[in-house]
Amino acid sequence: MAGKTEAIMARKGEIMKRALGMDYSQFERSPVAFDYEGMMSAHGYSIDDIVAIQRAGGVGRTPLLELRNLTDLVRSYSEPGHGARIFVKDEAANMAGSFKDRRASVSIHVAKEKGYAGVIAATSGNYGAAVSSQAARAALNCIIVQEAFDSRHVGQPEIIEKSRICEAFGAEVIQLTVGPELFSHMLELLDETGYLAASLYSAFGVSGIETLGYELAEEMTAVTGAPPTHVVVTHAGGGNTTGTARGLKRAGAKTEIVSASVDLSGLHMASDSDFNRKSFTTGHTGFGVPFATWPDRADVPRNAARALRYMDRYLTVSQGEVFYVTEAMAKLEGLERGPSGNTAMAAAMSLARDLPVDATVVVQETEYTGAGKHHWAQLNFARENGVEVRAGDPTENVPGKSIIIPERPEQIRAKEMDLARMRKSYVRNALSHAPEGYAPTSDDVAFLAEDTNSNPATVEEIIAALKEA
Amino acid sequence: MADITRCSVGDWVEVERVLLEPADRSTNLPEETAAQPLRMWVKGFARSAASLGDEVTVETMTGRSVTGMLTDVNPGYMHTFGRPTPELTHVGRDLRDRVAAYRAKAGE
Repeated sequence: MAGKTEAIMARKGEIMKRALGMDYSQFERSPVAFDYEGMMSAHGYSIDDIVAIQRAGGVGRTPLLELRNLTDLVRSYSEPGHGARIFVKDEAANMAGSFKDRRASVSIHVAKEKGYAGVIAATSGNYGAAVSSQAARAALNCIIVQEAFDSRHVGQPEIIEKSRICEAFGAEVIQLTVGPELFSHMLELLDETGYLAASLYSAFGVSGIETLGYELAEEMTAVTGAPPTHVVVTHAGGGNTTGTARGLKRAGAKTEIVSASVDLSGLHMASDSDFNRKSFTTGHTGFGVPFATWPDRADVPRNAARALRYMDRYLTVSQGEVFYVTEAMAKLEGLERGPSGNTAMAAAMSLARDLPVDATVVVQETEYTGAGKHHWAQLNFARENGVEVRAGDPTENVPGKSIIIPERPEQIRAKEMDLARMRKSYVRNALSHAPEGYAPTSDDVAFLAEDTNSNPATVEEIIAALKEA
Repeated sequence: MADITRCSVGDWVEVERVLLEPADRSTNLPEETAAQPLRMWVKGFARSAASLGDEVTVETMTGRSVTGMLTDVNPGYMHTFGRPTPELTHVGRDLRDRVAAYRAKAGE
């Protein structure tokens, strides 16, 4: 079997080149730099084309809702003159229940246009539902590969629900135990079927999210006279931040981009025993930090999702804070939605408290909820797996050991991640993937500056510091 | 349903396969993961009659043939909402009161 894995991995380049529907090598400029914008526009679709593809697929134009009760709640404990207006883009209204419909729509369109018989995606999240639903509409076959169970064959209720919904939309769902070898199995399936790899990280996928930023800028302008001052984005692999920010830019908005993740520091993502000790399967730092600091770890040669390029701030919240906000959203706003999508909502409540009353904060997504994906199901499962759940001060939370539910909304306080440190980590990773002894050129420095949302002088300083170390 | 122990040809079933034995798994895995085989489950239509634990070939939704051990017949989903979380049941009442109090004060 080891031989079999090695044999398939040795053919990775050849299999992926056919499966991705695009030759990535044309964009490489050096061992460090590549033509990002060239890659993003190579599909040839304008934003209007993508909007049209999504309309045909039943995707987008989700309601933008002002959360007046939540806003007043935040104002009730903010300093005088503070407490920004909070809005949400109810992406759960998409056909498969999340913004991931946007991400799936372009890949499915390309698969149909190019004559692929089906699509394959590796995902345990909402993206699987989106790909399955869009594939059903396009009459394409669909395989979803999920990391679903620990070695006891116990799966988080959220992932089991995701298996169910994918199968409900007619997908073949491959459920695996924990481990990164999921990727080599996906390669085998791509090789066997000849289907398109509908990667989360392709330019098709990330371009599909641009309509979300674009739409919300237009809708906020219609409601308040201007694009939002702040958009808060639940961040994992980086596509949500990247696509939303690019869409806002296209609309001419000068919005501050605030990424937010659930803090799961200390839990190992490939650990069989940690697997069921986390109550969030996405939107957490276990993906958010490694993907921001090295996006090209993805299942495509170059990741279209490059969050560090776009984030102005990166906030983390605890699991208990997000569950509290999920309950609050249902009771105060009549919006019963899934916890993962409410990660940004918890961060937004903390952020809005520190902003003036005339600031506008948009949480740019919600996700569907239901059996398994509901916060009660998640908390019951956490208890069954030995995680302590109690009311108290959320700063005492220890990921994998305890979930502390706030007693009062004032206790919801997002933590600021150090972006300077993350930029340094990104540059170190980028250089470590170049051949040993490679000296970065001025073009490389310019690329790294763009990719880290900084400037050449900062990148030069980081490189000099890395050399000294 | 656990009480169904046999499938007939054409039944919707679930099979299990071991994709990698522990010795064949990736390097750099945490110990507890490396000690376990990588297992896989998939559903499909049985190509032959079989009992739970037997090897059987299924035709999946995409028309692929997969052979594995029969683990379930007419497999369902048993995930639920479960009972409310006691630490959260008061949230709605408390927050509605707070919003009402804020508005009453702001309107003074």
